Amino acid sequence: MAGPGGDMQWCFSQVKGAIDDDVAEADIISTVEFNHTGELLATGDKGGRVVIFQQEIENKNQPQFRSEYNVYSTFQSHEPEFDYLKSLEIEEKINKIRWLPQKNAAQFLLSTNDKTIKLWKISERDKRPEGYNLKEEDGRYKDPNTITGLRVPVLIPMDLMVEASPRRVFANAHTYHINSISVNSDDETYLSADDLRINLWNLEITDRSFNIVDIKPANMEELTEVITAAEFHPLQCNTFVYSSSKGTIRLCDMRASALCDKHSKLFEEPEDPSNRSFFSEIISSISDVKFSHNGRYMMTRDYLSVKIWDLNMENRPVETYQVHEYLRSKLCSLYENDCIFDKFECCWNGDDSVVMTGSYNNFFRMFDRGQRRDMTLEASRENSKPMQVLKPRKVCAGGKRKKDEISVDSLDFNKKILHTAWHPQDNIIAVATTNNLYIFQDKVN
Amino acid sequence: MEVNAEARRILAVSISKLYASRTQRGGLRLHRSLLLSMVMRSARDIYHSSRECEELCGAPPTSEEAMETGPVEQTVQLPEPLTEPRQPAASAVEPPSEEPDSGDEGSDGELAEDKENMSPTRQSRKRRGKAAAAPDFLPSKRARLEPGEERHAALPTSCRAGAGESLAALSLNRVIPAF
Repeated sequence: MAGPGGDMQWCFSQVKGAIDDDVAEADIISTVEFNHTGELLATGDKGGRVVIFQQEIENKNQPQFRSEYNVYSTFQSHEPEFDYLKSLEIEEKINKIRWLPQKNAAQFLLSTNDKTIKLWKISERDKRPEGYNLKEEDGRYKDPNTITGLRVPVLIPMDLMVEASPRRVFANAHTYHINSISVNSDDETYLSADDLRINLWNLEITDRSFNIVDIKPANMEELTEVITAAEFHPLQCNTFVYSSSKGTIRLCDMRASALCDKHSKLFEEPEDPSNRSFFSEIISSISDVKFSHNGRYMMTRDYLSVKIWDLNMENRPVETYQVHEYLRSKLCSLYENDCIFDKFECCWNGDDSVVMTGSYNNFFRMFDRGQRRDMTLEASRENSKPMQVLKPRKVCAGGKRKKDEISVDSLDFNKKILHTAWHPQDNIIAVATTNNLYIFQDKVN
Repeated sequence: MEVNAEARRILAVSISKLYASRTQRGGLRLHRSLLLSMVMRSARDIYHSSRECEELCGAPPTSEEAMETGPVEQTVQLPEPLTEPRQPAASAVEPPSEEPDSGDEGSDGELAEDKENMSPTRQSRKRRGKAAAAPDFLPSKRARLEPGEERHAALPTSCRAGAGESLAALSLNRVIPAF
């Protein structure tokens, strides 16, 4: 992978989370997201908590400054709930976090579990009022008879306190499990998608939402596909896409009709008949869809590959990258151990030249679109000395295993990287293993 | 016959996954249930078609590749079963009428009740022409159930009918429950 001068090299920067090999289920990271400036990095976990890290730039003037992310705020976003009507427990796991563009001093983010979306305000408090006229310092009201003068409280500095408060709760709009939320570029609306429906919300209004996609068949027996991900176009506020379990992506224009059941474009690649197998349907299910920053392309992730689509060409992707093709012959075992159902995400770098996605054995993959090069790296505690350069890894698919290569059978399928995020401007990446968050940066950075 | 054994194994694995998913937190996942039902339908079709082929041919079938690698083109019937999931997801995807969670809309619940009344007919339709012998790899329901699960009203009727049930009726009718 080449940067302006030569090959890009990734270095370890930080790792967050417990060192224990015994992973508490609540600590399993379920989503990772940078905000629009990259200053803040949010993670959600299975226990319903959100942890926000803030970048503290040590010294930008130095050629190799280190940007450290430290804990900024931690709060419990969702709690487990119980649906009494259906006798079902609603998990508190945070499925997605999306930041709103910053408009004032406070930061806002949307977090969602399977059923409820919440808008959180994260604000800083570094001053407090002192010297009330009518109240004592501890808050008790003074006896009015003892008040002889008038004084105005003054704001005095205090230790920085970061508060998170829920400003809106968008509930009871989804029968099925929410898999995506996406903020619109109009700064007013956002969409939420579950298995069969997509709803459009106004950020200010919680008691109603518009249903814009509904693929529920009249007879549930005729169900053949579900919605797996959805996203608004980054620039056109009328356009959004949703992907399906059948490997198709539909682009919809909200100007065309109120209910966008008829797509404007259908992106589908015909299946390669030589690859047809028993599990073809499962592995063609799209687990993530992401628009490029410039809005010209979109990327989809299915079980074995990453595909880049030009929005102007529907019949096939413009680029296809194999993430771990060596798994194609292992699909039966992966079905038995449930790994075939894993939902990997993918992300673009700031200038849309490189894409990244996760794999097993704590490996993650980067594909440089311009240089046509790919790289496999590993997030592990063994490679976590400060500024240690990550060595590219290689998996041996068969035949003679070279030194430093790992054979497919030695891969640890319990160590999976499902969630990754790329800083919107710099070459800083956040990679989530089961319960740890790794932050890597480009050596030149 | 290797394909047959493979199909049986996948079916057994799928059924155990189905039962496991009933007790997982957060309730049944529609996407996962759908994918499971597709795999099960393919396995069932291959299992039955390979048994029919055995009966028709009367000769040991040629050895085939393992199911998961490469194109599965051993019998002529195969492309059909693999594409079959597209249409008759209907017949396999039936709301379990006994579950208390009869659906988000009243109509789903009513539909479910009708299905229950009709179910003996449906089951016999599926049984016709298929292998009469019970699939021998299928464990008895008694052995499968955890003590706690027996108390759940969620078990579909067909399970209690015993090992004599056709495999198709047993599992696929109850894969996608009404939400």
